[in-house]
Amino acid sequence: MDKQGNLYTFLYASVMVIVVAAILAFVSVSLDDVQKKNVEVAKKIDLLKSVGINSDAKTAEKLYDERIGNNTKVINMNGEEVEGEAFKIDLTKENRKPAEDRKYPLYICTLDNGDEKLIIPLRGVGLWGPIWGYISLNEDKETIFGATFDHKGETPGLGAEISQDFFEEEFKGKTIFDESGSFTSIKVVKGGLAAGNDHAVDAVTGGTITSNGVQDMLWNGLSGYKEYLKN
Amino acid sequence: MSNKEPLFSAKNRKLITNPLSVQNPITIQVLGICSALAVTAKLEPAIVMSISVIFVLVFANVIISLMRNTIPARIRIIVQLVIVAALVILVDQILKAFAYEVSKQLSVFVGLIITNCIIMGRLEAFALGNKPWQSALDGVGNGAGYGIILVIVAFFRELFGSGTLTLPGLGTLHVIPQIFYDWGYANNGFMILPPMALITVGIIIWVQRSRNKDLVES
Repeated sequence: MDKQGNLYTFLYASVMVIVVAAILAFVSVSLDDVQKKNVEVAKKIDLLKSVGINSDAKTAEKLYDERIGNNTKVINMNGEEVEGEAFKIDLTKENRKPAEDRKYPLYICTLDNGDEKLIIPLRGVGLWGPIWGYISLNEDKETIFGATFDHKGETPGLGAEISQDFFEEEFKGKTIFDESGSFTSIKVVKGGLAAGNDHAVDAVTGGTITSNGVQDMLWNGLSGYKEYLKN
Repeated sequence: MSNKEPLFSAKNRKLITNPLSVQNPITIQVLGICSALAVTAKLEPAIVMSISVIFVLVFANVIISLMRNTIPARIRIIVQLVIVAALVILVDQILKAFAYEVSKQLSVFVGLIITNCIIMGRLEAFALGNKPWQSALDGVGNGAGYGIILVIVAFFRELFGSGTLTLPGLGTLHVIPQIFYDWGYANNGFMILPPMALITVGIIIWVQRSRNKDLVES
């Protein structure tokens, strides 16, 4: 057959595309379970990290079952418990709904000394893409016990610093309600203004937009839990 | 006949060594600059990116070389693109399944291997006209030539920009002692930003050409 002819060219392209598509589809389907598992494990590692439990891909499953397991809740913005499985809720989808229709997942983690910490998942936007995090609260439902943040692709060395320990440490002991009981969230402020302020932390140098993203994420995410936490 | 040629004849060795120096894809041919800017703020992503590019380049070269006598000339670029894209998706899927942490760090850059000019450049310039073994060597050489520059740039950017070195499996090493900071040393945040990658590549090109005058264009 003429290798430069139209028929050969068409046949060649068609066969190639079908073969390549078949290979990729096969790989994608056969690796799907492993990949989903990785995402789940990464989420469990983050959840545990927000209460100060360090785990890795090998230990996360076991620790999660021990500490959190089925001790989860789904609430609405009035603070009432509703149907649903907390771990399966996709916050990105929930955030697109109007606030009153959203489902708010809540995890309760039991520590070694018997203390129970509430873990609230958060999701927002940074400079280049999504950012997310987990905030854990003490039994008083207002003091932050721990926090962990991560991001998809913030600038390394600048916005990406939100996932570093020094930034996460700042949140410990801060409160999200003021003395009169109204919701303040946590502000992420510049220029050392956070010193002595119970409702603010120091922003990341050179990461203004990511820092603002964290602040918005905290405000939007936590305000849905206001009613529940006040009770 | 080339069939009797030893696997690592002088000519074949040159296929690997030339791209590391006098035929370097980044500093001499100035290809693949885009990703050299994007993934070199830290050492670890640069290393993983280099390995991924070597993998894709070697396999793409070999596959195209095996197919070279059957590919219709009019759609050869499309054929190359399909092969490269398929390999990149494979790498991405495998990283997501078996090296999840690393794939999170590289995120979109794995996908961007498709647009790496070096890969299409080598397929078009070498694999279409050479045997699979030579093409594989050419892939290793050019991938490594790209990787070396990436690692050098990332080393200096991370060292001066963050004061750390991040190696796969070892985590982040703080190589600049605290006492330097106490004396007033500060990390240069500018090193983290893309322009400094360009300037670092420029310095490497300058050093290389001043050491080897043959490379200087008249």
